[in-house]
Amino acid sequence: MLMKYLFAKNDEIPAGSATIFFGFSSIFWFVVGTGLGSFNAAKLAFPDWVTGTELFAFGHMRQVHVLAVILGWISMAFGMTMMYMTPALGNTKLWSEKLGLWTVFMWNVGLSLGLILLWMGITAGREYSDLIWPIDLVVIFGVLLPLGINVWMTIAHRRTQGIYITNWFFGACIFMLMIVFLVGNSPELFNLTGLTEAYLTFWFAHNVLGLWITPVAAAIAYYTIPKLTGNPLYSHRIGHLHFWAIIAFYSTPASHHLMSAPLPEWLKSFASVEGVLILIPAVAFVANILLTMKGKWSMFVENIETKFSITGVLLAIPLNMQGGFQQTRAINWYVHGTGWIVAHAHLALLGMSSFLEAAAVYFGLQSVLRRKLYSLTLANLHYWFFIIGFCIYWISMTIAGLIQGAGKIYEVPYIDVVVAEHPYMIARWAGGTMVFTGNVIWLYNMWMTAREGTIVPAGRYAHELAYER
Amino acid sequence: MGFQQYRFGAAAIGLMFGFSMCITLLGPSNDFRSGVSTWVGLDKQLSLGRVIGFSYEDPLVIGDGKPVTVILDKDPKTGATYDPPIRAYVYEPGIKFSPGVNHNELLGPGVMELSLNTGKIGQADMSNGAVFTIAQGEFNGEEVDYIVNQTAVSGWQPGQVLKAAGDENHRYVGKGKTIFITEGCWWCHTLLPEQTQDWQFFGAPPFLGDMNGEMPTAFGSDRKAPDLLHVAARNSSREWMTMHFFNPRLVQPNSIMPRFDYLWGKTDINGKSIDYKKWRSDYTAYVNGQSIYPPEVPEPARDSEVRALMDWVLTSLR
Ligand code: HEC
Ligand code: HEM
Repeated sequence: MLMKYLFAKNDEIPAGSATIFFGFSSIFWFVVGTGLGSFNAAKLAFPDWVTGTELFAFGHMRQVHVLAVILGWISMAFGMTMMYMTPALGNTKLWSEKLGLWTVFMWNVGLSLGLILLWMGITAGREYSDLIWPIDLVVIFGVLLPLGINVWMTIAHRRTQGIYITNWFFGACIFMLMIVFLVGNSPELFNLTGLTEAYLTFWFAHNVLGLWITPVAAAIAYYTIPKLTGNPLYSHRIGHLHFWAIIAFYSTPASHHLMSAPLPEWLKSFASVEGVLILIPAVAFVANILLTMKGKWSMFVENIETKFSITGVLLAIPLNMQGGFQQTRAINWYVHGTGWIVAHAHLALLGMSSFLEAAAVYFGLQSVLRRKLYSLTLANLHYWFFIIGFCIYWISMTIAGLIQGAGKIYEVPYIDVVVAEHPYMIARWAGGTMVFTGNVIWLYNMWMTAREGTIVPAGRYAHELAYER
Repeated sequence: MGFQQYRFGAAAIGLMFGFSMCITLLGPSNDFRSGVSTWVGLDKQLSLGRVIGFSYEDPLVIGDGKPVTVILDKDPKTGATYDPPIRAYVYEPGIKFSPGVNHNELLGPGVMELSLNTGKIGQADMSNGAVFTIAQGEFNGEEVDYIVNQTAVSGWQPGQVLKAAGDENHRYVGKGKTIFITEGCWWCHTLLPEQTQDWQFFGAPPFLGDMNGEMPTAFGSDRKAPDLLHVAARNSSREWMTMHFFNPRLVQPNSIMPRFDYLWGKTDINGKSIDYKKWRSDYTAYVNGQSIYPPEVPEPARDSEVRALMDWVLTSLR
């Protein structure tokens, strides 16, 4: 079907097609990515589990997991939300449905290719920018540019006077991500070396998280929560405080990832201070959304999308408290390079961000397909598998990290740390596998929704209808 | 439409983001430029070659197109002995030079002048190959290490040096680091000791000039294993490494490090094919207490990947 639409005239493509393809692609990558995560976790817990094959070695799989979840699941879910929220907020239709479909197509092809090469060991050897530069160019010019054009043109052709905060985020973040990709990969393109390369690697890693994964997730919540609850956003002005503070503060503290490298000291101090200032946008966001919930807190329990969304927002609280302080010199030396950071990374990506996107994908697919969710039970099952699995992961890795930190100070032989961490490695694997199981359920549920979900009559929202089944 | 918020907004975004890029990119680039290459830095770039990871010369990332480090105990031309032995970095014809040879400013002030004037690196020609060594000199009253192009200075030819040293003195450092990258050792091991007590355990962190010309640095961010920056200073036993890479549980029963037996390839040093199946079942028998000794670890072939990996670990990580 995708093939047919790729070469159809724009007007003949049903509105929402790009959303649907993006949505299902993202869930598919979610299943793949968490499956890989669970596999990796098993390898760390049971090192002799699958051995002897180069392709199934931990070192070949880890980066595939990381990029599959970041560029596959999270970023495609972003693409999906952009495809339906941007036009809805501009009271118009998507600028080009066809371009949107091409974006999904290029994205899936480019990402699959890049990940297969990575899996085979064809890598740039730089964390988070592991993809080799030809694939990076595909991402920038084959994926981000068309996505950006579609979003920017849709915003330009809006039929509302102002631009809602979500669209500010969408438009700006795609642009900044393109710059970040170009600059971050310049060591590969122009053979920059040494400390410059090390610093740009983490400049890239930091800004991908800070200018893409967290702000766009937040932007999504600015849409879903008011839409689901029917309450207007508590304050558009605080939303703007969030937006501008992100651009001012979040783009600067990259060097807090390299506190023990021989970077200039002024840069590290600057990064530490700016890093604490990230709390400004963080608090603005959380407060704004939670205040929007006023009078509608029952929906947190009753409505599955709100449940996902608010869980994500609540997880942003510990996330930002950790993030703001763990990068100061006083604390960083203790937790840096330990499982604490892995726990933190999953709190951001698997916790805060993924919950917000899951809500938006649930909501978006139902509204675009105009079908009500196939099974609420399965959705609840997904939620509980997700949250319980995540908590197990997060808590176990946090403890493992603290053990590693203590091991550093007390100078115990490293192998004792490895032994002490072992139970938590097993717990992490169990938790992660729960998340994976939940996602398989989700994929099935969404597939059945597309085929058999109750049709939603025009003018109604899926979540307003009662279940007949 | 009086006030066009998106115009103002777009300009403001550009301005703020541009400002932040100035601070975070332009600012430090000044500091980076002043880094004077240390001996470690020169040794690294000369032994690793132009770039590790995906590149034109090595598209499959298997360690093609890399120089060979050679441990020399006597001058290949005059026969004069070196005590202690020195390292020579052999670039056979067609192998791309390390970044500092062509982009001299990467070497840092002092090192650049000496390498050009005394070391004659400007005369190095890729199509004929070259042999480099590191020498010590003085620049403006400061001791610095610099690169010497021995092909221009003493007439050493790459093939001649390789032959004079013999295979047991060849170190495939560039290929070894490539394997470190592709096998993902750096997802568990860092190359950057942390501040504080870490230094007593794993040694001093790198200096500013220790990685001029190195790409990628692969510090690693996420450690579940000992830091490797100075591992060969703690443990320089090739026998231990051989057993440890084949199956870490042979020497460290509680290790979570994966087995890297597949890096041995098909045959051992004598050309005999390695029977992995038998090895594994013998090993299982040993683990279950059915035999007293573990099976013998095959000795790696000369061109095996694990040999290059150990070359890198034992030569570079001191
Ligand atoms: C799953 C994580 C993991 C991966 C991947 C891994 N290692 Fe290890 N490595 C460990 C652990 C844990 C130890 C400490 C226990 C031991 O000695 O086995 C260790 C120990 C070592 C040591 C000895 C360190 C010392 O202080 O004595 C060396 C050398 C080493 N690894 C090299 C490598 C190389 C080279 C690779 C890549 C081919 C690699 N490791 C991949 C986990 C890993
Ligand atoms: C959407 C969900 C997920 C996202 C976005 C995500 C993201 C990430 C990121 C960014 C890292 C790198 C962390 C670092 O370097 O500090 C990582 C590593 C890892 N993830 Fe996930 N992850 C997700 C789900 C999972 C799941 C379900 C599992 C299953 C157990 C898992 C297991 C792992 C493992 C084992 C690592 C390697 C950690 C290490 O090297 O110590 N992840 N993931």
